[in-house]
Amino acid sequence: MIISFTLNNKVISIDVEPDKRVIDVLREDLQLTGTKEGCGSGECGACTIHVNGESRLSCLMLAAQLEGKDITTIEGISIENKMHSIQEAFIQYGAVQCGFCTPGMVMAALDLIRRNKRPSRKEIREGLSGNLCRCTGYQKIIDALEAATGATDGGGPRTMKKGEE
Amino acid sequence: MPHTIDDLWEMIYGNQQAMIYAGGTDVLARYRSLTSRNLICIEDIHELKEIYQQDNLIFIGSCVTHTRLLESKIIQKHLPVLIHALKVLGSPQIRNMGTIGGNICTASPAGDTLPPLYVLGAILEIRSIDSKRFTALKNFIHGPGKNSLQKDEVLYGIWINIKQDFNIHHYEKVGQRKMLAIAIASLAALLKLSESGIIEDARLAWGSVGPKTIASEKINKALIGKTLTEASLKLIVPLIREAVSPIDDIRASAHYRKMVSENLIFRLLKYGGHNND
Ligand SMILES: Cc1cc2nc3c(=O)[nH]c(=O)nc-3n(C[C@H](O)[C@H](O)[C@H](O)COP(=O)(O)OP(=O)(O)OC[C@H]3O[C@@H](n4cnc5c(N)ncnc54)[C@H](O)[C@@H]3O)c2cc1C
Ligand code: FES
Ligand code: FES
Repeated sequence: MIISFTLNNKVISIDVEPDKRVIDVLREDLQLTGTKEGCGSGECGACTIHVNGESRLSCLMLAAQLEGKDITTIEGISIENKMHSIQEAFIQYGAVQCGFCTPGMVMAALDLIRRNKRPSRKEIREGLSGNLCRCTGYQKIIDALEAATGATDGGGPRTMKKGEE
Repeated sequence: MPHTIDDLWEMIYGNQQAMIYAGGTDVLARYRSLTSRNLICIEDIHELKEIYQQDNLIFIGSCVTHTRLLESKIIQKHLPVLIHALKVLGSPQIRNMGTIGGNICTASPAGDTLPPLYVLGAILEIRSIDSKRFTALKNFIHGPGKNSLQKDEVLYGIWINIKQDFNIHHYEKVGQRKMLAIAIASLAALLKLSESGIIEDARLAWGSVGPKTIASEKINKALIGKTLTEASLKLIVPLIREAVSPIDDIRASAHYRKMVSENLIFRLLKYGGHNND
């Protein structure tokens, strides 16, 4: 089946089986391997992409659902080959260890920030609750986002309010 | 993919074996074990994505996602009990994809929208190419994964009468992990509390502690006329024990579930004395 949609700001048409999972279409047919597959069942968030601006799990979508949609993957968020400020903050704050969860985390974080420009630590935690990380223990990821959203000046995490963590 | 309900009827008519899905968060999570990939996705059918108010009735299309419901001013204003439940349903991504219709049709004992919709007296509109019928949610769900849809029928939408004067809307679930928690037990409650703290009307429903949502007229009636105090709530504990029939599974034992479902009612004490949710 021919499916047409916008991928990272370019309109494309591809010929794929309509019942192929979107994660497989991205990684196999389109060679966009930034999007990862962890669990394949909605639990880990590694496969997060944006569909019409909202975060979704590409392991729980089929190719037919792409028709006419506006899709953004981790490869599409850099501006003129420059890393997105969120990605820079992740690096600066040591929020990347093995890196497997990072693309999904960044995509989830962008959805959160679009809805809430200056999230609290608690809101960041909730916004990333669909993304698992086996390495970092989350603190550094939350520090990075807190810094990137202007809540700190880079001098370390804000002091926590009581009961926030 | 169908964009109108007529497109859908045509596709179902030409493909009787097809299975429909909306957000896919239940169906596609089982992708590898699906026996058939003959699937039709209905998430882009416009008329199933509407939320509107008609006099005292609110209509929610079956394909409205949890995120849209959370954002809806109409739902925020009139159905706080549903908002409380949606906030603890899955993760942001699951809420962006998952729909209320999917949550109802899946008929999981742990479905977070079910106890709220139950106490709200939700009526389901069910359609096929040539028929339309209405049924109460409590008659629609027969057991885990079992609903009363016929092969050619789809859940079109949900109707809720908002002419009810409950001033307390409560939902709480106890799960294992904070987020993505499939409930061990949950309680939805609507209370009408008088200025002096007397319960004038009550509707309670539990999730995850039986094959389907558990509610009992006996429990609701037993609360009426009582003050919202620990002593009066204690009186209904035996009734709860009688009503719930939890199972042992990998998440919790039946005994633990029973205990949690009893303890959950004492959380209502926080509303004692003032009218907020
Ligand atoms: C990681 C994860 C976490 C989750 N956490 C929770 C949670 O905390 N609480 C909770 O309640 N649920 C949870 N779920 C389950 C699921 O997300 C919800 O039940 C969701 O609301 C299902 O909606 P959907 O549109 O994705 O359903 P789908 O998967 O599209 O469909 C589910 C079923 O309903 C049928 N169906 C859907 N729409 C219609 C319709 N209009 N007419 C007829 N049949 C229809 C389908 O045929 C299918 O049988 C979770 C799922 C995952 C993967
Ligand atoms: S791979 Fe999609 S959520 Fe884990
Ligand atoms: S950095 Fe390894 S899983 Fe998150």
